[in-house]
Amino acid sequence: MPASLGSAALAFAFLTAVFAVVAALVGSRGQRRWVDISRRAVYALCALLTFCVVTLEVAFAGDDFSFALVQQHSSIDTPAFYKLGAMWSSQEGSLLLWAWVLSIAASAALYATRGKLREVVPYATAVMAAIAAFFTGLMLFAGGVNPFETLSPAPADGIGLTPLLQHPSMMIHPPMLYSGYVAFTIPFAFAIGALIARRLDAAWIRSTRRFALIAWAFLGLGLLLGARWSYTELGWGGYWAWDPVENAALMPWLTGTAFLHSIMVQEKRGMLKAWNASLIVATFSLALLGTFLVRSGVLQSIHAFGDSTVGPYILGLIAVVLVGSTALIVSRLDDLRAPKRIDSLASREAVFLVNNLLLVALTATIFWGTFFPLIAELFTGEKASLAAPWFDRYTTPLAILLVLFTGVGPLLAWRRISWASARRVFLVPALVAVVTGVVLALVTDATQSLWALALFVFAAFALTGLAQEFWRGAAARRSLAGGSMPAALLAVVSRNRRRYGGYIVHVGVAVLLIGIAASSSFQTNRDLRLAPGESAVVDDRTFTYERPTVQAEPEALAFGAVLSVEQGGERVTTLRPSRRYFRPSGSEGGTIGSYFEGEATSEVGLEPGPTSDLWTAVQPDIAPLIGRARAADQGFRTCVRGGPGVPPQCRSLSRLMRAAAAEPRLSPVALAQIDSLQAATAERLARSYLADRGVATFRVIVDPLVAWVWIGGLIALTGALIAIWPTRRARRTPTGNGELEALKEAKYREIRDAELDHAAGKLSDEDYALLDAELRREAVEILDREPV
Amino acid sequence: MVALGAAVLLAAALVYTSFSASTEAKEPSQLLGAAPGTSYDLTGRVVAGSVRHEGKGLRFRVADRDDASQSIPVTYSGTVPDPFRGGREIVLTGTVENGVFVGERDTLVTKCPSKFTTDSPAANAS
Repeated sequence: MPASLGSAALAFAFLTAVFAVVAALVGSRGQRRWVDISRRAVYALCALLTFCVVTLEVAFAGDDFSFALVQQHSSIDTPAFYKLGAMWSSQEGSLLLWAWVLSIAASAALYATRGKLREVVPYATAVMAAIAAFFTGLMLFAGGVNPFETLSPAPADGIGLTPLLQHPSMMIHPPMLYSGYVAFTIPFAFAIGALIARRLDAAWIRSTRRFALIAWAFLGLGLLLGARWSYTELGWGGYWAWDPVENAALMPWLTGTAFLHSIMVQEKRGMLKAWNASLIVATFSLALLGTFLVRSGVLQSIHAFGDSTVGPYILGLIAVVLVGSTALIVSRLDDLRAPKRIDSLASREAVFLVNNLLLVALTATIFWGTFFPLIAELFTGEKASLAAPWFDRYTTPLAILLVLFTGVGPLLAWRRISWASARRVFLVPALVAVVTGVVLALVTDATQSLWALALFVFAAFALTGLAQEFWRGAAARRSLAGGSMPAALLAVVSRNRRRYGGYIVHVGVAVLLIGIAASSSFQTNRDLRLAPGESAVVDDRTFTYERPTVQAEPEALAFGAVLSVEQGGERVTTLRPSRRYFRPSGSEGGTIGSYFEGEATSEVGLEPGPTSDLWTAVQPDIAPLIGRARAADQGFRTCVRGGPGVPPQCRSLSRLMRAAAAEPRLSPVALAQIDSLQAATAERLARSYLADRGVATFRVIVDPLVAWVWIGGLIALTGALIAIWPTRRARRTPTGNGELEALKEAKYREIRDAELDHAAGKLSDEDYALLDAELRREAVEILDREPV
Repeated sequence: MVALGAAVLLAAALVYTSFSASTEAKEPSQLLGAAPGTSYDLTGRVVAGSVRHEGKGLRFRVADRDDASQSIPVTYSGTVPDPFRGGREIVLTGTVENGVFVGERDTLVTKCPSKFTTDSPAANAS
């Protein structure tokens, strides 16, 4: 019953989305009422899809196995926490998640722009609703991917969620990535709307900039969580392995980063319009491509979810998006031409352009490498792939240049900067960078990897430059308003959230890249074979295998090791890696051996630290246990068969079996008895692992500065959050002539920015006088447009 | 102009290096007459019951995905991903030496099965 309700809601959602497209298109012909109707249709779509998601989650939580999806991805034994996440472990569930998140984002965007952007909104609504219609339609019509398929009669239990996916990250990593992918739909839809309506000023950017930033932050968080998860799993290649699906998520993040920078140039200078439109089209297409890659199986990946029926449809959508958008941009090229040119190469907009080119080059490289297997097959007929070293060769220099520009950009002012000002702002960061380089070369082994050394030097430059920005901003604020330095810092950040939030993101990215450079260039990893009591030395640390451990957990039998670590004669820490062998469930059961031969997951022993992480995984040798389990199974079979020669200890069991054979009602009791006997035997056998004291294989990794990857990522996300958070001024949005107000507001902000740059010593007196006069003239032009 | 030049240069470098740096993906049946010393990506299915632990390393056989009769012996040492066992699909980089595929350290990739249903109990015995 709930399934048919869900199914009906989904069908209704599809119709609502189609209706919203039609209503929005009618509205675009000047019928204001229809624009309102289309907006409400999108709200209704959101309500319907919310109902679908809730219905499905209730089914998962309540073990309703009449839902085929629940039966295939969950079971009674699946921990309650993971039952909720099981929805998006399935293809059907992730499609529903896509559509649902889109409907939320679209509703929020339409709510925020009601009464604004009159010409653009109807087309943007049509685009968003069309994409929602595509994804809901896909679930209904593609075949085999309807999340509300039912099973009749409902099975007693489900198959369960793969143990590998029973990890806290599973709860947030996929939804964050999806939210990131999906939220890029909003700026894309508004860009298309602006192109169709030929409203190519910065108004659409101002209205959707925050959505682009939110998408970027979600995608970034999704990437960071995925990297962290991969870091704590054995054999997933550490936090990054250039796996196609990882790359697929990184590419839209990179072009999204480029977009967030270049739209500022359009907002402030009216330039790069065609570039911005192309970037958001590329970003959205790459987001769709990411969705497609995860679900298609065209490329070899760790994230192999099996081939599916939806791949070709998503590919079709990407083709429509690319061809349609390109044609649209080409047809609007005349409107997209900028009236102005970049004033000087020593300006922030010029650096933004360089940063954009670097990011796009990085994306192009990753794209080529990711799709190389298909390209190679096309040209040579052989499938061939590129491994991590190839990616590293190109991405390393590009990343090093990028970190340099995260420092250079914030030091430059808009429009132009004189040599005198440039010397003033670059002096300290450049000195610190040189000193850092010399000290690292003399004191550490950093010269062994010149790329890493170059990155450290540039990162030192960037971090010092950014610190100087904060310092000068706070000092300027204090000279204007007084108060203490920390209070001035807080005030200047909270009054210029976009600017300083952005700088904090830059700090985070520089820190993250330091972590990546250090941990990838100076990592030590070794495989050790140790018997209890033996030790080995890895990177100056002595690892001693103290003793084996065994734990009978409700879902698994865990075989572990206690490893003590000493350095310089002092005990540093104790690591407890283990490997968990999942108990058989349902159909897999029936033998004791299956307790030791089922799914297994490694729990790494991890000691994080500011200078280095100690990481270990253990591979216990359970071959003797498997031998004993097989022997025990043999005994069991003899017992159950009964007859002459049955050992005395299994007489009661064989009696029970005989009774069950005569009386079918008793057979579940007998089976349960056998199951519990087998479980008890398996646990007893597992404990014999302690007495075996066998040799275990360990993977030991000493990873320097890797903690800074996570710290840097979190700093960057904090910065993004600061930049997203609306100021009080923005929250009370002026009604009435909203667009003119927004334009005025933007120009005022530019004047204040220039003031701050001048007070912070970034602009010389004559530069400032010139710029201020220019900006005020532009402001007067805007004021003149106001109807009297 | 400079940007365009840089783009062309980068594109040329990408194309040039990628063909020489790439490793071809082969199934066991395609490796029978493989040139020794050339690096390949072996793809296929681990033969159920063939996995043996020897010291730090592993020995097993890998068969074509669709034809279990075509298989090649494999030696490997390094990280073994959790889902690795008989019946699973793997990708491993290495070279063929005397009819044995010798895997490079830490290049073993095991695909995680999306569902248990595709995973018959018979294939689990490794």
